[in-house]
Amino acid sequence: MTAAPRAAAPASGTVLQIKGLVKEYAAGKPVLKGIDVAVPAEGITAIIGPSGTGKSTLIRCINRLVEPTSGSITLHGAELTGLRGRELRLARRRIGMVFQEYNLVERLTVMENVLSGRLGYVPLWRAWLRKYPEEDIQRAFMLLDAVGLPEHATRRADALSGGQRQRVGIARALMQRPEILLADEPTSSLDPRTAVEVLELLTRLTAAEGVPVIINIHNVDLAKRFARRIIGMSGGSVIFDGPPEELEQHHLRAIYGGEDWL
Amino acid sequence: MSATTSQPRRLAFAPNWAMRAALLVLAIYTVWASTRLGLTWDRVVHGMGEGGRLLARMVPPNFERWQLLLEGLLESLQIAVLASAIGILISLPLGVLAARNLSPLWIAGPVRAVIAVCRSLHYVIVAILFVKAIGFGALAGTAALVVASVGFIAKLFAEAIEEISMKQVEAIRATGAGVMKVLAYAVLPQVSSRFIGFCLYQLDSNLRNSTLVGIVGAGGIGGTLFAAFKRFDYDFVAAILLAIIALIFLAEIISGRVRAALR
Amino acid sequence: MNSITHDPVAPLRREWQRHTPAQRISRWLVWLVCVAAVVWAIRSIDIIPEFLADAPEQMGDMLVRMWPPDLSHYYPEVHNALIETLHIATLGTVFCFVLAVPLALLAARNICTIRPLNALAQLGLVASRSVNSLVWALLFVAIFGPGAAAGVFAIAFRSVGFVGKLLAEALEEANPGPREALRAAGAPWGAEMLKGVWPQVQPAFWGIALFRWDINVRESAVLGLVGAGGIGLVLDDAINFFQWERVSTVLLAILVVVLLAEIVVNRIRTRLI
Repeated sequence: MTAAPRAAAPASGTVLQIKGLVKEYAAGKPVLKGIDVAVPAEGITAIIGPSGTGKSTLIRCINRLVEPTSGSITLHGAELTGLRGRELRLARRRIGMVFQEYNLVERLTVMENVLSGRLGYVPLWRAWLRKYPEEDIQRAFMLLDAVGLPEHATRRADALSGGQRQRVGIARALMQRPEILLADEPTSSLDPRTAVEVLELLTRLTAAEGVPVIINIHNVDLAKRFARRIIGMSGGSVIFDGPPEELEQHHLRAIYGGEDWL
Repeated sequence: MSATTSQPRRLAFAPNWAMRAALLVLAIYTVWASTRLGLTWDRVVHGMGEGGRLLARMVPPNFERWQLLLEGLLESLQIAVLASAIGILISLPLGVLAARNLSPLWIAGPVRAVIAVCRSLHYVIVAILFVKAIGFGALAGTAALVVASVGFIAKLFAEAIEEISMKQVEAIRATGAGVMKVLAYAVLPQVSSRFIGFCLYQLDSNLRNSTLVGIVGAGGIGGTLFAAFKRFDYDFVAAILLAIIALIFLAEIISGRVRAALR
Repeated sequence: MNSITHDPVAPLRREWQRHTPAQRISRWLVWLVCVAAVVWAIRSIDIIPEFLADAPEQMGDMLVRMWPPDLSHYYPEVHNALIETLHIATLGTVFCFVLAVPLALLAARNICTIRPLNALAQLGLVASRSVNSLVWALLFVAIFGPGAAAGVFAIAFRSVGFVGKLLAEALEEANPGPREALRAAGAPWGAEMLKGVWPQVQPAFWGIALFRWDINVRESAVLGLVGAGGIGLVLDDAINFFQWERVSTVLLAILVVVLLAEIVVNRIRTRLI
């Protein structure tokens, strides 16, 4: 299950470089206190850490759903902070995202939800009239097959179970043909068995497509099982960065224990 | 129950003095205000006699001039249809602009103010202003009802948008979709069924109101009604009133059916 | 490594369309009906093209003349008319209960069990609702002559249907338990209503009264246009004499009162509930 690195990936093997990232929701109270992370061009990078430590904020700063206060984020060497309007949208379509609560548009069909991953590419009239290019529709069907929902294309998203919805969420993100995929607690709303199934699916599909993944996850066992690299965060700072084998008990105590993280 | 025995009756039937005082004040006000407006018992009794005579002159309703009646009703219907269509078209963008979760405050604030003014002015007052500015006829009535429709639909539409789930909006934004695509995929699907409901309701009330704006010269059956009143043609008045009530009933039944079918 | 999308076995080409054919046909039909209605209305409505072309300019002209509002006209004429309008709205709301409460009791199926009486009461409520307050005003001006008395009655008769309907619904939702308990204890009908039903519908009752008063403030502002007293009369005069600065003063006064009424009602309602 090893994926070849994408041709587009730079020789350094780094797809996303974060430097000195600071985010303050209220002035003087930073949630992220200068994050420095280099995300490798393949495999899953898991961010672990207690709730409220800014994992979601970090991930949302990458595709600018949250506006960073200062610092730099580069995707394949191109700066993402400070992009506006059309350039921001062009950057966002290169970054897929999977959400904790799936965030499907409930009243649209599964197919429309998957195709909405192409919204950054198709012209407005096609989007409004649902006249997507034939290759998009075929790819959507193949992704639905791949996530195991071939018969559900015309069902409404609110008719699906949690696990099924997250599969659609993954299909939607991959529909963008992203250069990187962000997953914000993708399994936290699922039961343990479904969570493992969804993570397996995510690992398999992104490896096949050669898409690196950054995943927020609070379950350390799952993180160790699926990730190639683990970033431990606490109190808005990175305090562990390395392969899962190197993550030891004293690291976990530093990440989750103590009182300094709230 | 047993708790009341220690403090007998007080808890069970504590008299509500504030309420009694308020009712007394209301009663005194009613008597005082009635005398101020010249609303005395004599006058009511006299009025009842007059009312009886009026009713007697209304029966039987006179449908001889049915062509005039039909003409007026059709014009009212046209006013209602046009005003609803234009009002809905204007309300769509205004509602989006007025929703505080989608548009910035410096846009939403003024738009909300415009909508509030549209809503606060009674449509008959708006109609009379339009009549004076652009002349008698259906155009003034249509314009007045457009204003009323905007005040109603745009407000409700904005409120509906403010209640949507922003998570779905976030997800569509994350795909790199622009404003219009976010509207089409994340906003409209969440509000469209309610919006259709508002539009049907407004069509219904535009129809009621379009039978009325004629009283100030803004077209429709109301003009015929007012003229009949002024000429003391009370049997024709009765015919017109019956026709209006029948039309409104019909519209209510149809829109009820449509709404049920949509569900 | 093959990307899953280039799997050579998968592409049995499949069709996807947003709607099934039946859905598409019905959607087209709905649009067709809507467009046809609008086209019919545009083609047959009696609008003079010159008026239409002229309209924006005329409206602008009128608005310019209205500005600035001549506030010196406010006292005493506009002020007194405004007070009269508020009296009409309030008295109309109070008097409407004289008819609305008995009709609501008759219309509520759990209070009055005689079916023909239910239907008759409903008919009365519907009749009140389907005649607009301005039409009621025309009728009462014919009865009482011009003046505020006609306005009060117009507001009251118009409100009966609205208030009665909502009251009847509140009554029908009331829990039968307390009534049964009182009846079992041998309470007469009046006591049964007062102690078993009234406490349950009381919040709804005040809510309905406030809601209707708010509407009545708006409606009573226009009654003067047909001679039924209140600020509409002053507005009509000012418009007929083309005194636009006075018109805007009156409009401002109405706007302020309507907004104030809404705020007051909201305040009281949040305190009551």
